[in-house]
Amino acid sequence: MSGLDMIEKEQMRGDIPGFKAGDTVKVHVKIVEGQKERIQIFQGVVIRKRRGQNRSTFTVRKMSSGIGVERTFPTHSPVIDKIEVITKGKVRRAKLYYLRGLRGKKARIKEAGRK
Amino acid sequence: MSPEGTIFSFLSIKNLERVRTMKKALIGKKLGMTQIFWEDGSIVPVTVIEAGPCVVIQRKEEGKDGYDAVQLGFGRIKEKNVKKPLKGHFKKADKGYFRVLGEFHIDSDADFTVGQELKVDMFSIGDYVDVVGTTKGKGFAGGVKRHGFRGGGGSHGSMFHRAPGSIGASADPSRVFKGKKLPGHMGNARKTTQNLIVAGVRPQDNLLMIKGAVPGSRNGIVLITSAIKM
Repeated sequence: MSGLDMIEKEQMRGDIPGFKAGDTVKVHVKIVEGQKERIQIFQGVVIRKRRGQNRSTFTVRKMSSGIGVERTFPTHSPVIDKIEVITKGKVRRAKLYYLRGLRGKKARIKEAGRK
Repeated sequence: MSPEGTIFSFLSIKNLERVRTMKKALIGKKLGMTQIFWEDGSIVPVTVIEAGPCVVIQRKEEGKDGYDAVQLGFGRIKEKNVKKPLKGHFKKADKGYFRVLGEFHIDSDADFTVGQELKVDMFSIGDYVDVVGTTKGKGFAGGVKRHGFRGGGGSHGSMFHRAPGSIGASADPSRVFKGKKLPGHMGNARKTTQNLIVAGVRPQDNLLMIKGAVPGSRNGIVLITSAIKM
């Protein structure tokens, strides 16, 4: 293994659960306010995953009081306390940008593994 | 003129001492770029360099060679791949044979001895370094790419696209001034990036992580020294 790979592998976290685009996740984000550290939860649908060892990121979309909010996290960032997978979604593409144009009932995603 | 009178004259005495005592030099191979996380979650872009181990092959001195410098060897090779004249040169240090030789200017009182092994652990996180490399060759490039000329409009009847435009006046001076920025060969030249910060050192793997980009392609040879402007 080259030195570059080694450094990238070391930066990666082993405690990130497997999830895909379409899944609903709860991201626990560490926030430092002055001296205190607290956890904020960002819950929504994963609309994109970008690969690349320690450089990978994912984007979570949620509706916040009627307004779409998207947040992109570096998957292996120490800022992330933990990630919980709430539901698995059944989707037919890897990037769910089409959700941006939909709202209400149309923006729902079917759950996977159910008939 | 001595180095004190030129390069270091604008530095304060304190800095001068720092430069002198902390002079470091190493040859390495650029492995590529990636990013690392700092504890607060911020992302730092880094260039990973396989730096050293190097061996001091020759110590050049003012009295003998006209200037003070240290010559380092990097990248071991077999004896059969070394030509005879170079073999004799390597024999003086008697530490094997190397693919790359690089020279660094140093102060006359710097403590480098022939045969000394230099490793990446001489650098520590937070050090300022200058990195020299050979930039990627771009071939014959026009003014827009080579010097950042703005160029003209692409359409709407514009007939001036990427040409250099006027390169000077007419009968007076009747010539183009030397140094005029014109199209020509770009890249594949020695280039120094100054004041980069060391973001990580891994002595066991001879790896050095430097914040930001350094000149050259992957697997290119780079020279790393402590920064001259601090």
